[in-house]
Amino acid sequence: MIIKQLSIFVENKEGRLSEITQTLADNNVDIRALSIADTTDYGILRLIVNNPDAALSALKSEGMTVSLTDVIAIAVPDTPGGLNKAVKVLSEKNISIEYMYAFLNPRKDTAFVIMRVEDNERAIKALTDGGIRLMHNDEIYSL
Amino acid sequence: MENHYFQPEVECADRESLRALQSQRLREMIKRCYEKVPFYRKKLDEAGIKPEDIKSVDDIKRLPFTTKNDLRDNYPYGLFAVPREELIRIHASSGTTGNPTVVGYTRHDVDVWADGAARALAAAGCTTSDFVHVSYGYGLFTGGLGLHYGAEKLGAAVIPVSSGNTQRQVQILKDFGSNFLCCTPSYAAYIGETCRDMGVDTKEIALRGGIFGAEAWSEGMRENIEKLLNINAYDIYGLSEIAGPGVSYECPEKNGLHVCEDYFYPEIINPETGEVLPDGEYGELVFTCIGKEALPLIRYRTRDICALNHEKCACGRTLVRMAKPRGRTDDMLVIRGVNVFPSQIEFVLTGMGLEPNYVLVVDRAHNLDTLEVKVEMTPEMFSDSVKNIEAVERRMAAKLHTVLNISAKVTLVEPKSIARSEGKAQRIIDNRKI
Ligand SMILES: [Zn+2]
Repeated sequence: MIIKQLSIFVENKEGRLSEITQTLADNNVDIRALSIADTTDYGILRLIVNNPDAALSALKSEGMTVSLTDVIAIAVPDTPGGLNKAVKVLSEKNISIEYMYAFLNPRKDTAFVIMRVEDNERAIKALTDGGIRLMHNDEIYSL
Repeated sequence: MENHYFQPEVECADRESLRALQSQRLREMIKRCYEKVPFYRKKLDEAGIKPEDIKSVDDIKRLPFTTKNDLRDNYPYGLFAVPREELIRIHASSGTTGNPTVVGYTRHDVDVWADGAARALAAAGCTTSDFVHVSYGYGLFTGGLGLHYGAEKLGAAVIPVSSGNTQRQVQILKDFGSNFLCCTPSYAAYIGETCRDMGVDTKEIALRGGIFGAEAWSEGMRENIEKLLNINAYDIYGLSEIAGPGVSYECPEKNGLHVCEDYFYPEIINPETGEVLPDGEYGELVFTCIGKEALPLIRYRTRDICALNHEKCACGRTLVRMAKPRGRTDDMLVIRGVNVFPSQIEFVLTGMGLEPNYVLVVDRAHNLDTLEVKVEMTPEMFSDSVKNIEAVERRMAAKLHTVLNISAKVTLVEPKSIARSEGKAQRIIDNRKI
């Protein structure tokens, strides 16, 4: 249930993002989902890829500051209130969400959402009990 | 630890009588400089000062400064105040640029210098029955002979090993029963490591203390040396222009170096304006050689950044204490009227367990100087959450503010993006157009 997300420190300098995507491409790593947290000086690039370990060592050998972060992924119906249900389940259990972002979705009826929560185990239990479908890592890496 | 003094009548003198002695020596010195050194006669004339205008150390602030360039311009003997027949020694410090600076000593001067080194040894607990192992280089450099004469003057036995051949150093330490070691702190650490590598147990050697100088060293280095050699390690300060090692020295309190101010009168000045600064404020250390004959320098600018403390020390000495120098004036920046030294930033970073890889960016926005400190991101600081990284930046900025007294913006940059060379140019980017 735990998905490995790559978190990469990126200075706001021209060409930095393309260096990262180039490194991933050179190592046959496919990007499944991506989001950037932005500040005026730097960003944190968050990536879900098909092979997180290979991506980690490739980026590290390029001298980048990169780490793996445990996140979870849920599948919610692509209808009004779909995501709301999941967020409500967590807030009822007082589990705060650090950040979340939507996932590339090949089908139309379901939205995939990556969530970074303070306590993965509790969140998984709460979501499962609340009838939310959690995605398995193989399911995501092999999308 | 029991307190030892070499000359308690001076080291623990009441401030009143010390001041009277200083004033008397200053008057004699200025008169001699005016009469014997054309360079100083001209300088005093230009400043409109007659020797009789200088009555006490209160008047010292009226006197002009002497710089290393003045020594170079008068290379080699132009500033000497005595005829050749009175000289008994010449030393020199190597110049990285231009001429070396050459210094001379009369018999009296060698004696004065030996007093300083003897006081340092006594303060470290050395007595007449001890063996003093001198591993400073002997030669034009003042280290070796400085401690050598100090130890002899104290009445200890000198083992003049000089530097080099570290295994032999260890052998002598062990076989000859050396009690005190004198060398640079980095060499002391190296000797300690060599002991360990040679399998010499520090319990087998009689070493009790060490006097280490001629380079800057941190408290961390002190702990390391003390552990490696199982001794008490003391700092000693000096520069050949003033005398050599023994201008100031640490006591068992290890909280500042007592200045031999009966011979070398210290002041702290604002290096920009020349104004004398009060106790506790950091500025450039300046010495006037009130107790010397051959090279009596007036207000010599050491370029060391330091502060003074006139409070009586717990060791019983009343001699003013100087802080460990914090860096060189050459590296100083003035930001919003506050003096900032790169070494202060290093101090904060190493205190947080970080490598001191940083760049200072100074700029001016709306007539106000701004300081940005760029620091390389490390895996320990990194987080996938902006909130956590901002917390690191805030913590660093708060520590910098405490040390610098001005606010600085901290920017984390990618690892290895800051050049590793030591040069000032790479450490400081000053974009101000003044
Ligand atoms: Zn003391």
